[in-house]
Amino acid sequence: MEVRVSNVRKEFDGFAALKDVSLDIRSGELIALLGPSGSGKTTLLRLIAGLELPSQGKIFFGDMDASEKTVQERNIGFVFQHYALFRHMTILENISFGLKVRPRATRPPAGEIRRRAMELLDLVQLSGLEKRYPNQLSGGQRQRVALARALAIEPGVLLLDEPFGALDAQVRRELRRWLREMHDRTGHTTVFVTHDQEEALELSDRLCVMSQGAIEQVGTPDEVYDHPASPFVFGFIGESSELPVTVEKGELLLAGRPIGLAAPEARPGPARMYFRPHDVDLVEGDATLAGVVHTSRRVGGTRRVEVDLGPANHKVEIDLPFDHPAGERSQLTFRPRRWQLFPSA
Amino acid sequence: MAISRHSPISESLGVRIALIVTSVLFMALFLLLPLVAVFAEAFRSGLGPYLAGLSSPDAQAAIRLTLLVAAIAVPLNVIFGICASWAIAKFEFKGKAFLITLIDLPFSVSPVISGLVYVLLFGGGSMLGPWLKSYGIEVLFAVPGIVLATIFVTFPFVARELIPLMQDQGTGDEEAALSLGANGWQTFWRVTLPNIKWGLLYGVLLCNARAMGEFGAVAVVSGRIRGQTTTIPLQVEMLYNEYNATAAFALASLLAMLALVTLVLKTALEWRFGDEIAASGH
Ligand SMILES: Nc1ncnc2c1ncn2[C@@H]1O[C@H](COP(=O)(O)OP(=O)(O)OP(=O)(O)O)[C@@H](O)[C@H]1O
Ligand SMILES: [Mg+2]
Repeated sequence: MEVRVSNVRKEFDGFAALKDVSLDIRSGELIALLGPSGSGKTTLLRLIAGLELPSQGKIFFGDMDASEKTVQERNIGFVFQHYALFRHMTILENISFGLKVRPRATRPPAGEIRRRAMELLDLVQLSGLEKRYPNQLSGGQRQRVALARALAIEPGVLLLDEPFGALDAQVRRELRRWLREMHDRTGHTTVFVTHDQEEALELSDRLCVMSQGAIEQVGTPDEVYDHPASPFVFGFIGESSELPVTVEKGELLLAGRPIGLAAPEARPGPARMYFRPHDVDLVEGDATLAGVVHTSRRVGGTRRVEVDLGPANHKVEIDLPFDHPAGERSQLTFRPRRWQLFPSA
Repeated sequence: MAISRHSPISESLGVRIALIVTSVLFMALFLLLPLVAVFAEAFRSGLGPYLAGLSSPDAQAAIRLTLLVAAIAVPLNVIFGICASWAIAKFEFKGKAFLITLIDLPFSVSPVISGLVYVLLFGGGSMLGPWLKSYGIEVLFAVPGIVLATIFVTFPFVARELIPLMQDQGTGDEEAALSLGANGWQTFWRVTLPNIKWGLLYGVLLCNARAMGEFGAVAVVSGRIRGQTTTIPLQVEMLYNEYNATAAFALASLLAMLALVTLVLKTALEWRFGDEIAASGH
């Protein structure tokens, strides 16, 4: 099912949690809502679900205007951050709940409900645990029950709010892979909220980066990572270093000195250059970025050094091979391999 | 022995023994002794007079009336308590703080005053009393007044128990149920109610004990018409004033037993479902 969020604004007591947000979600895609805390991800998800109503704007499910429809009418599957499993029901009862509460006319017979619930239990790899209660499961298992429960009603759209937020790194990775496989198998249109960029990059078909109640960029993980649309996105997705440069005659200057990078299209004047710490080449020569290593520490397979690019003391981080001999106070000259300019703030 | 070693943060042995002995003695003197005395007095002349005291027509009427009052007041307070705590815990609205304060009013005001309020509302000099009387409805010095006064004084028990519990549970489960297609009614019966059932039972228990035992407010509105508007506590007092100690204590022993049963059930609930019963200070 396609979902179209059209110019939606949401206010809580005069505070705009979402400002004029528009987003097209394609049928069958797995899209991530990514952004810092308080950027409005949950609010957007709850608006799509119908757990909140927009102050302005509309939400379409396919061609149907769903803005005025209730949660029940929207036929969505919602997985809550803290699972919200019914603690007094067994796992099987939890999963069957959505089918059992249907009006008689559309409710499948009891045997059929049980069969479907068992099937879902199998899908989420929890067969044999149907008689347990939620507090007898681990966090990862509860999360999968919550997902099975949401899938039981055959939702048109699956909405997940930080589905792995409360789990440890190991389980997160496992469940992430598992969710991706599951999505490929069932093909539900899925929207999931996360503030973990690695999760969003790895898992999603497209991601939607949000900041302060607005959408900054929507695109595939590669597009967003390689061509961030704003300094915010550059800084938020992946690691980044920033330098205040000047554009003069199609060349970039730092503190009046050319650094060997050409920008023929750029508007002359001050600008901000962003690059990723691992996207640098160590080069010899005059027209380079030259500096003194300020700190150097090994992070796993690489060495992260902080370079002091005097004379104005601009500090940037770059990555070197972990066995690079650069120690503190040693000189380095380098050039970003890939970089991007943004207008000065 | 566990207390043989002096722990740096606890009192010395002498002080501890003194504290323990004092509190045990105090409880024995002021709580246990009276309870024993009630039963001793009730059975002083043997089982025959005890049963006779319980089976006199007036005593029977008092027992029936007490049960009737509780049977009306407790369910109403359950419904009202659930509504109020639902509203307070799950919605935001103006005047919420005021409503919470209002719920505690019966706890903070003397029961006699609660009774007098109804006398003012429904008495001969009020607007309402004579008007209702013209339709043949007696409130004051009749069963309706007793029920109203009892509802008033026992109102906070259920609500006070449920408000913290429901606030603590939040709205997550209800939202999950709605998102799964349940309507409001199904959500209440299948999700909300099971989540609060032990806390609710606890509140009902306390509410019932008070409803059956209330004296002050009921005394004011009842008029003490023997066999018609006397509840057990009122009947006990009347019998006692007439120097009919055996009958008085026989009836009183019923209330004492109610207290014991309540206490046992309450403890059992606390022990078994402590985390589901809000710590609301009872
Ligand atoms: N019910 C509410 N009442 C008032 N303000 C709210 C409400 N819900 C959200 N907000 C505000 O709206 C903004 C966005 O909240 P939201 O929960 O959508 O953020 P989020 O992106 O999900 O953050 P997080 O990553 O911390 O979950 C926040 O500033 C929050 O304080
Ligand atoms: Mg959130």
